[in-house]
Amino acid sequence: MRHVLSILVENEPGVLSRVAGLFSGRGFNIESLNVAPTLEKEVSRMTICTTGEEQIIEQIIKQLRKLITVIKVVDLTHLQAVEREMVLIKVGAEDSKRAEILRIADIFRCKVIDVAASELTLEIIGDQGKIRAIINLLQRFGIKEIARTGTGALRRSMQFED
Amino acid sequence: MELTGAQVLLESLRREEVEVIFGYPGGATIDIYNEMSKYPFKHVMTRHEQAAVHAADGYARASGKAGVCLVTSGPGATNTVTGIATAYMDSIPIVVFTGQVPTCLIGNDAFQEADIVGITRPCVKHNFLVKDVKDLALTIKQAFYIARTGRPGPVLVDLPKDVMQAKIEYEYPGEIHMRSYSPHYEPNARQIGKVIDLLRFTRRPLLFVGGGVIGSNASEELIWLAKNLHIPVIGTLMGLGSFPGNEPLWFGMVGMHGTYAANMAINNADLLLAVGVRFDDRVTGKLSSFAEKAKIVHIDIDPTSIRKNVSVEVPMVCDCRRALKALRSEIDAAGEPVNWEEKHGDWIGKIQAWQKSQPMSYEINGSTYIKPQMVIESIYELTKGRAIIATEVGQNQMWAAQFYKYHKPRTLLTSGGLGTMGYGFPAAIGAQFAFPSSLVIDIAGDGSIQMNIQELATAVSYELPVKIVILNNGHLGMVRQWQELFYNRNYCSTCLHKNPDFVALAKAYGAEGYRIEKRENVKDVLKQAFATKRPAIIDVLVEPEENVYPMVPAGASLTDMLLV
Ligand SMILES: Cc1ncc(C[n+]2csc(CCOP(=O)(O)OP(=O)(O)O)c2C)c(N)n1
Repeated sequence: MRHVLSILVENEPGVLSRVAGLFSGRGFNIESLNVAPTLEKEVSRMTICTTGEEQIIEQIIKQLRKLITVIKVVDLTHLQAVEREMVLIKVGAEDSKRAEILRIADIFRCKVIDVAASELTLEIIGDQGKIRAIINLLQRFGIKEIARTGTGALRRSMQFED
Repeated sequence: MELTGAQVLLESLRREEVEVIFGYPGGATIDIYNEMSKYPFKHVMTRHEQAAVHAADGYARASGKAGVCLVTSGPGATNTVTGIATAYMDSIPIVVFTGQVPTCLIGNDAFQEADIVGITRPCVKHNFLVKDVKDLALTIKQAFYIARTGRPGPVLVDLPKDVMQAKIEYEYPGEIHMRSYSPHYEPNARQIGKVIDLLRFTRRPLLFVGGGVIGSNASEELIWLAKNLHIPVIGTLMGLGSFPGNEPLWFGMVGMHGTYAANMAINNADLLLAVGVRFDDRVTGKLSSFAEKAKIVHIDIDPTSIRKNVSVEVPMVCDCRRALKALRSEIDAAGEPVNWEEKHGDWIGKIQAWQKSQPMSYEINGSTYIKPQMVIESIYELTKGRAIIATEVGQNQMWAAQFYKYHKPRTLLTSGGLGTMGYGFPAAIGAQFAFPSSLVIDIAGDGSIQMNIQELATAVSYELPVKIVILNNGHLGMVRQWQELFYNRNYCSTCLHKNPDFVALAKAYGAEGYRIEKRENVKDVLKQAFATKRPAIIDVLVEPEENVYPMVPAGASLTDMLLV
């Protein structure tokens, strides 16, 4: 099962390789990893998407907590959380297909951020379902390049019982 | 008070009450060595950096204090890796200081530059590169704090040369607090209650103890619990000595080369009290049949140990000593009259019967060779369990575990997790510095001893009475045993027919050398060698193709033992 882990770390050199090394050294999966400073300049937030059986996920979380530079680890999977990823997609767009692509972009509330004679670059923000859907739809026009930020996520302020 | 980085380092070591530093100098650490004589500790120069780390590790295991090591940059630093990984696998507190090229050259492939922080990252508890002298004192404080607390382990501090030369107003932090590191020691009262309930309602409890009992100094509490509740005790290799090996409730080591009684007990117990163990594959054998009939209570300071390999009924993340102490207080407080002796009597009887049917033994007849097991028994008889025993790795290590009875914790120094050949001798040297008047013996194989034999020079120059008993079988015995049993006797690269003359070698270094070739001489010569004040090699020519039994083949169930 896919889990989204939100991790606060000391923002110091080497911290990324400690975390990445933990995953590679112990054979854990990383689907995506995203890291940037928080408002507190000594602290960064990492969001890691990973997959594995429950016992593996438990090990991943414990092993992360054991790293000296990790301050906090939260598994957002069992909480209510908001989750977004941004993707830039450069798609082939000859005149004949351009209108169709723009219509799809509109439906998915994407922005067109670069235009050329036969290509468009779109910016998409959404959860994994939305991103999978639009990539699927655009594939038949020919996706030339793609850049993804990886998932960022936060716990919802209000947690309701299911 | 304004100090240079080198002085800050040494002054801080003094405040950490360091007594001995094991090290080897080089260009990147000359500034530190230049100040060394002004400080009260002893610097021990080994002949190889790997040995310096093992010596610091042996010192730490024997004394319970943190071991300290100082080496130069580049090759000096990379030579420490095996020692660091050895300490990491066995949770031993050491702090390793490495020299580094000046900060302005880092990343330039400078002469003798190695990214030792990067190289050691997966085998340290933590490591630091100090880029600014103003961070130095705090980093040292943190290094010792991290190495000693929680689940102990090695910490490395990388020290660029310019940082050692820079000046700073010195101040050493007192207490420190780290928001990202605060080990949890206290047991949870509810969990303690659950354990007590389990103890009341089970009939076949078994204490299964490991290195965590020794690391947390919990032996006294363990002995109380076992004796008062009449619970039999078995241990991992790392747990030997945590419970007296000469007590009737002790049933020996468990696992691949464990005793018949211990392995049978673990798979027949209905309650397994696992204290300070991590369920390593050499201990559990086939996981699906491990302790099948037991509810498992797992006490360990490291949360990652729990449920890593086996699922448990009652997990307890806390200090082993405090957990055992809390159990004791609960039992004392409950004051209800359980007749534990009667409740567990049948169970103990059953284990005793297993022990009687298959005691630790070996074939003596049909061969005129000295049996290696016999040598270990003689060492035990001569020392009455009062020596500090270090081992190398292989058959020698297993026989030392099986045939010597460890009466006290911290009297067996052995590389359990990593299985590092070449560990024992330098570890024995380290232990001798912690206990100058104790008899320290390295039980060695003729293969392993050659991995750090150069340390004879260290032992001779510091006049250490360390003894090396080589169980010389002319083979890399343990690997040969596997080849014999599982690879059609294809003895590829395991024969050591061109060994050096170890007696002459010892003498060349200025140590004493003895050779034993006949059974009847074993005891006398050992006795003579143990009595000298000088380092000595005792080269014992033993049965060349003896095997270690019992043996659970890798991946088999603990009860599927090959017996003598
Ligand atoms: C550094 C290292 N290299 C290789 C091994 C693999 N190994 C395990 S036991 C062993 C044989 C050890 O031979 P020896 O020291 O003669 O001891 P014996 O088994 O004969 O008692 C070897 C090569 C190891 N444990 N450590």
